[in-house]
Amino acid sequence: MTSPGAARRLRYHTVRLRNRPDLVIGYVCLVALGFLVLGPLVEIVRDALTLQPYDLAYHPDGVVGSFSLFHLERVFASPLSPALFFRPLLNSLAVGFWVTAIGVSIGSLLAWLLVRTDIRCKGLLGALIVIPYMMPSWVMALAWISLFKNDRIGGTQGFVASFLGVQPPDWVSYGFFPIVVTLALHYFAYAYLLMSGALATVDSELEEAGAVCGMGRWKRLWRITLPLLMPALGSAIVLTFIRILGTFGTPALLGLPVRFFTFATQIYASINARNNGDAFVLALVLIVIAISFIWINSRIIGIRKSFVTLTGKGFRRREIRLGLWRLPLTAAVGLFVASTVLVPLSILLWESLILVAGDYSLDNLTTHFWIGQGNVRLAYGEAGVLLNNGILTALWNSLKLATLAALFNGVLGLLVGYAVVRGRGTRLSRGLEGIAFAPYIFPSIALGAIYIGMFSAPIGPIPALYGTFAILVLITVVKNLPFTSRTGIAAMLQIDTSMEESARVLGIGWFRRMARIIMPLSMSGLVSGMLLTFITAMRELSLIVLLLSPANMVLTGVIFYYQEQSMPQHSSAVTLLLVLIIILVNVLVRLVSRGAGVSGLKNS
Amino acid sequence: MAQIGLSGIRKAYGREVVVHDLDLTIRPGEFLTILGPSGCGKTTTLRAIAGLEEPDDGDIHLGEKLVFSRRRGVIVPPEKRGVGLIFQSYALWPHMTVQRNVSLALEEKGLGRAEIEARATQALETVQMTALGARYPSELSGGQQQRVAVARMIALRPQILLMDEPLSNLDAKLRLDMRAELLQLHRDLGSTTVYVTHDQAEALTLSDRIVVMDRGRVMQEASPYEVYHHPRSLQVAEFIGEPRINLVPGTLAREAGTLYLVGDGVRLPAERARAAKGERLVAAVRPENIELSTVPVAGWQEVRLDNVQPTGATTILQVCAGATRLRLVRPGFLRIEAGIPLWIGFDADSIEFFDPDTQGNVSAP
Repeated sequence: MTSPGAARRLRYHTVRLRNRPDLVIGYVCLVALGFLVLGPLVEIVRDALTLQPYDLAYHPDGVVGSFSLFHLERVFASPLSPALFFRPLLNSLAVGFWVTAIGVSIGSLLAWLLVRTDIRCKGLLGALIVIPYMMPSWVMALAWISLFKNDRIGGTQGFVASFLGVQPPDWVSYGFFPIVVTLALHYFAYAYLLMSGALATVDSELEEAGAVCGMGRWKRLWRITLPLLMPALGSAIVLTFIRILGTFGTPALLGLPVRFFTFATQIYASINARNNGDAFVLALVLIVIAISFIWINSRIIGIRKSFVTLTGKGFRRREIRLGLWRLPLTAAVGLFVASTVLVPLSILLWESLILVAGDYSLDNLTTHFWIGQGNVRLAYGEAGVLLNNGILTALWNSLKLATLAALFNGVLGLLVGYAVVRGRGTRLSRGLEGIAFAPYIFPSIALGAIYIGMFSAPIGPIPALYGTFAILVLITVVKNLPFTSRTGIAAMLQIDTSMEESARVLGIGWFRRMARIIMPLSMSGLVSGMLLTFITAMRELSLIVLLLSPANMVLTGVIFYYQEQSMPQHSSAVTLLLVLIIILVNVLVRLVSRGAGVSGLKNS
Repeated sequence: MAQIGLSGIRKAYGREVVVHDLDLTIRPGEFLTILGPSGCGKTTTLRAIAGLEEPDDGDIHLGEKLVFSRRRGVIVPPEKRGVGLIFQSYALWPHMTVQRNVSLALEEKGLGRAEIEARATQALETVQMTALGARYPSELSGGQQQRVAVARMIALRPQILLMDEPLSNLDAKLRLDMRAELLQLHRDLGSTTVYVTHDQAEALTLSDRIVVMDRGRVMQEASPYEVYHHPRSLQVAEFIGEPRINLVPGTLAREAGTLYLVGDGVRLPAERARAAKGERLVAAVRPENIELSTVPVAGWQEVRLDNVQPTGATTILQVCAGATRLRLVRPGFLRIEAGIPLWIGFDADSIEFFDPDTQGNVSAP
């Protein structure tokens, strides 16, 4: 090791690092992300397989830290297993299956109608369709509760009971059915986004070739378009399914009242019951399920990958004439979109404006829950949303969290993209790309559980972050990294290497190159990536629900809290506030970035 | 003026070696062209000089300064090498005006405002682009973008100019104009220039010296005249010259005291061949070095005219002598018809001979 040759090589590589900022960034990112992504995974595997202090109640003579199959036994092979593992597993899979089936069907149909047919008002409909995706996934669940709440849980009644005088049956009000419906009405937008992007790249000429061969319109759709879309469809299905596995808000709001548990809510319950070990095992199972789905999908698509290369530049897109169906279909899509956006928001607005919960008559309207001072006779004396210190602090936290996460993600996405693209083909580049993508396969709630395990005690110089604001930022940045690093890589790939090389040769240093050349050229991609992170962070609950505490409360947590406390006016009002802010920021960023001419930049 | 010294440069991507132990010295003020087909290692060599590529082994000197040495652990980053480089794609920054493209690097140097202004203006003047300083690169034609790239480079007054196929993205007419301008620029700046191209005509017209590379190795390093007239190998002979050189395989035979190379249907004088009777060689004759007559000439060979391709200034003739096809070039727009008999003669001094096995040149000097 200490031979002159080795010393010389070492010195050379040290000198080389100074010449290669991309390598330095690559190694730093790799180590940091390894710590933040893989570290926690190792940690919870260890915790799940050893005795923890909180297990001593069951194992009084056990030694903390010793190897034990206690958690595995408890979850998989004990009298508790059906309640702890098998029923939540079946529930999660059933919910996942149906939501994916319905959501992807609706999303694909809408994508096809909007991209490939001559349906009217495309711009407006296209803009409206993605709004459900910008809203938290459980807004629909809140609206559902307001609509169909029955007297089973006690407290007040919902719209239906109030107006029709009939109590909706339990299966309509809570549990499996409403969870599937409300989640499907949210996730169809996600499937729509994925599918419309894919549809836009299918060459119409391929379909026209089918027409020339004498195929009818529907046969062409079935025989040509659909097979070409299989890879995109496969990813849409898998990605939607994984997100549903990890989603917490809706199953919690609609399932917990009737003790309908999914994996996500069971993890939450186990953590709340201080049985972290159980939660970790469940989280690991969730990750294993997610990975196997991705693996199966990539195997199936791998065979058909060649389809993707069929599409290329210079294709034409011809719209299919809907003929007589044009107006009815336009109206149907419009109605559907309106019902997924306007109906829930209107219900929430109304809910937030009534004085006595459950009384929907007009003379019960009030602005108390928006701008009223606290009144001991109403809602435990909580002040109206706009005057409520707790809510305003949470709002401030939410904004701070979303802004910080967006900024960090933007910078990190740029740096990861830079290191990955500059090092194209090297092991460092592949490793970095892989690790930046890894958080994708952790269902949100599982990642949250992992972070509890990891940061509940100090690690080296890092203090225990549990309950702090910093851990929220950290986990949000990590969870969004797959998106932002992908945006960063895509943006960097569009910038020819010679853009930076010419600057190097001209004597311009690294920081200036980044500031003057790389960043301006990748700005439009970065801005949309950061906007996505901002929106995701604002509406996030599943990811951070396990990490929230009074000290770092955010808006989504507040909404969940009010709903648990049966304070529908407050939860509705705060939700509206949240949705309003998200839409406002979205519009603002788009206006600003367009004004700056970022999107119109052309590469020569 | 600065000398460039490369010694023992080696570079591999994975298992594929793209440059094999390259030694090359470029004299101060010289215009050196590295010529070769794509993938021959010429661009890698140029990028190694600029510092954009790190060789696996070897030393690079710019002037007196050692800028790269694998053994001694020296890497001077490209930003500190002070060379000028013109990219094939020009690499103008699309989000900056022409003016800004030129002045950005000057600002980095920490020059005063007036100085920056003066230098940028002067550079743009040199390339006659002063009027378009406020334009963005996407609003310029290919030739104009090329000029901006040149202005951006010369504003820094580099001692060494590196050009990576700078003319390959231009149309044919513009290419000729820019070729002359680049040569003028090299003379005016008195710089040492390394020019990389796969276009043998550019190499012949521009260079003081040509380095022909193939598969990572130097095939020949000589003046354009030498490379054209005395190629060191068959590859070089075939690569240089348009229309392509004629290659005639045959056997050496002695007839009436004179050594001939006897091919299939054609016989060439082979006094310059350094080989014995009975050996198989390949004779190479430039198309313009075959003499032509429409009437019989004593000692010349009768051939049939296969086709005629006038290009305007010259006419390319393809003739058939037995099974051997030969290309000939004659000045002017010849108006003759294919099919007629012709007589061709060879000048013994202008025929080069190659060993078909080693590919090496076996002609007497």
